[in-house]
Amino acid sequence: MDEHLRNELSRQGIFVTTLEELYNWGRKNSLWPLGFGLACCAIEMIATSMARHDLARFGAEVFRPSPRQADLMIVAGTVTKKMAPQVVRLYNQMAEPKYVIAMGACAISGGPFKQGYNVLKGIDRYLPVDVHIPGCPPRPEALLHAFMTLQEKIAAQALTGEQRPRHLRADAPGAFPVPEFGAHDLQPPHNPEVWTPPRLARES
Amino acid sequence: METLEQIKTRVELAVPGASLTVIQNGSPCAQHSILVDNEHALEVARFLQQDPQLRLDYLSNVTGVDWLEQVLQEKSRSRRVIDGVEREIEETTEKRVPGYLEAIYHLYSMELKHGPVILRLRTSDRAKGTVLPSLTPLWRGAEFQEREIFDLYGIRFEGHPDLRRILMWDSFADHPMRKDYVEPDDYEYEPTPHDEVLERARQHYLPRT
Amino acid sequence: MTGPDSSHTHTDTASPPAWRRPTYELRPQAEGDGRMLEISMGPQHPSTHGVFRMDVMLDGERVVKLKPVFGYLHRNHEKIGESTTYLASMPYTDRLDYFCSLTNNWAYALAVERLAGLQVPERAEYIRVILAELTRLQNHACLGGFLLQDMGASGTPLMYAFREREKILDLFEALTGARMMCNYMRFGGCRCDLPPGWLERARALVAGFPRFLDEFEALLTGNEILMSRTQGVGVLPRELAINASITGPGLRASGVNYDLRKADPYGIYPRFSFRIPLGDHGDVYDRYMMRVLEMRESLKILEQALRDIPDGPIIDPKAKIRGFRPKPGEAYARLEGPKGELGFFLISDGSPNPYRYRVRPPSLINLTVLEDLCLGHHVADVVIILGSVDIVLGEVDR
Repeated sequence: MDEHLRNELSRQGIFVTTLEELYNWGRKNSLWPLGFGLACCAIEMIATSMARHDLARFGAEVFRPSPRQADLMIVAGTVTKKMAPQVVRLYNQMAEPKYVIAMGACAISGGPFKQGYNVLKGIDRYLPVDVHIPGCPPRPEALLHAFMTLQEKIAAQALTGEQRPRHLRADAPGAFPVPEFGAHDLQPPHNPEVWTPPRLARES
Repeated sequence: METLEQIKTRVELAVPGASLTVIQNGSPCAQHSILVDNEHALEVARFLQQDPQLRLDYLSNVTGVDWLEQVLQEKSRSRRVIDGVEREIEETTEKRVPGYLEAIYHLYSMELKHGPVILRLRTSDRAKGTVLPSLTPLWRGAEFQEREIFDLYGIRFEGHPDLRRILMWDSFADHPMRKDYVEPDDYEYEPTPHDEVLERARQHYLPRT
Repeated sequence: MTGPDSSHTHTDTASPPAWRRPTYELRPQAEGDGRMLEISMGPQHPSTHGVFRMDVMLDGERVVKLKPVFGYLHRNHEKIGESTTYLASMPYTDRLDYFCSLTNNWAYALAVERLAGLQVPERAEYIRVILAELTRLQNHACLGGFLLQDMGASGTPLMYAFREREKILDLFEALTGARMMCNYMRFGGCRCDLPPGWLERARALVAGFPRFLDEFEALLTGNEILMSRTQGVGVLPRELAINASITGPGLRASGVNYDLRKADPYGIYPRFSFRIPLGDHGDVYDRYMMRVLEMRESLKILEQALRDIPDGPIIDPKAKIRGFRPKPGEAYARLEGPKGELGFFLISDGSPNPYRYRVRPPSLINLTVLEDLCLGHHVADVVIILGSVDIVLGEVDR
């Protein structure tokens, strides 16, 4: 619809929208995060929800203790190999539509603890991530920015057609295999459906 | 507080058969320590805890250390007659110092506010004889720390009430803080790999197409 | 309370298996029907302050067995510390107890200074004391907030605490460039001098902090709900506290006068006049009160330090930043962190990396008595007992 006409109509008190916009508008402004902190970043996540940064402005201050009631998982901190199966299980327990924010360097790639034998080198080895936030830890402003990015992403989702998101496809998986503890490492070390090793950028 | 030599003399009088060695520390803080033989370690520790002059009632810290087998090369020069000519020959002798695991206990006194007295216990080797007496029956503060050493170094503490893995999962097989531990090969690819990382990347990751 | 290891089953040490499932020695309650319920609290649980897990055995509502399970945040701090240079471990210490990065920095710097025999200039000592006490303020304030949150006072006390914390973090950020991960201390001093106007801002904060404390206390300390939830709950006897190496406010709440700032002074603490609060009962309420009183004493130290801080250099000129190789030897240094005694033990073999890098984590060792504190209490009390012990998982698991 023509943007100009719509603005004109709304000035007259007539609001015109599409079902898709209404649906996305509702979802993007009531993201309920899973109250779930892993490490240092969790403190910044709490700080974000406190008075100064006030996450409530984005409709996302309702931290739910249960994954069944949440639709956003903020992976806030280092995912260790001992914790990774639980993180995947929590994701599987969340109801669709669900989103993942990887907060901080550790959740993205292992960060400063990348050399660690018990550190998972990024949660995207097991889960699809919607927004990555760099930083160690990211400031609360960065988390707010991630929220806004995620909201834009949700607002742009189509309800029908080839581009429709995962939760509207019957064939797309809503749950991912939970890795098992092996004798030396997690089994499997990554989920090939979600993550493939990147290609070498440079061959010297 | 008494010097370590005085403590050693008194302990050896009080615990017959115990053999203590004072280990010198080269750093400026001069925190020297006492090496105790494993058989009498519990008795010695009990004496230190209960002796009215020492009253080391507080176990601050337990550290595990892995000492690998060392090969010390000693060079010696000698003059010998070879083929009728006297020559100076340099000889290298190799001396093998077997490896061992060590547990270091830092003891303080809360009552008398002195310390530290540092105890060291050593295993006989790094493979099979990795057994040490547990001091948890005397200081419960050692409980989690000895479990951690069992988990990460593989020292079995005899007399520990609950010796299980503490940090790694239960079916984990290795002892990752040992110096010869090989970690799983799951390093993250780096955008501009070089040296070792490039070698690793070549082995694991798909080449650019 | 009986002997130190009465609550544990003894393992067969002749052939210990590589791992074994926890065996539960049950303590049936008189009023229970003998049927037990085993629940696993954590690692994702809103009140475990991170990824901590407790395997709890319940008889009705009463706890009969509790086993803490660690390792969900085991980030291999010590292994990484052995493979990096001495200075490169400094930013990692920030991430140990991520509420108190500056005291962690100080403890590590203290250990390396002992190892290498470095002296710290006067001004740097003052800066360290100021930062450590500010850290203590924000840690204890947040602890109060989290404890009340665990008790069911959802939101408000924590918001008040975080409001004050943000003010202190602003000071940290102005000085070090980071809110949480300050990475500020260096071996033999500090990284950079105070920016202009910082001392005035700090003085204004210290002057305004008692007002927050009064407000906080007026709301909470005499609160009937708080008193009935916390008094007589989770009592830690004095002898057990010493034997189990409990340190920090938890130890002093049990009446043991042992604060390293007085008992084994480091830095310039002997110059300041302050008192060590001691508790009588060792219950959750005493542990809460220790924190409140310690904040008031910290304010006294801060007032004196901010008044007396001299001008001068901030780092020992002999300290080498690059190519730092201490002589072979070892050193253990400890200080009174907000959570308890934080120690670093370093063994040098003369190379640029430490041969052994060990952190003595107060949070982990303070959990030794968690089961003893919780036995016989309601499962809802477990949450506040854990809250009063004050743990941070980054330090528990490292």
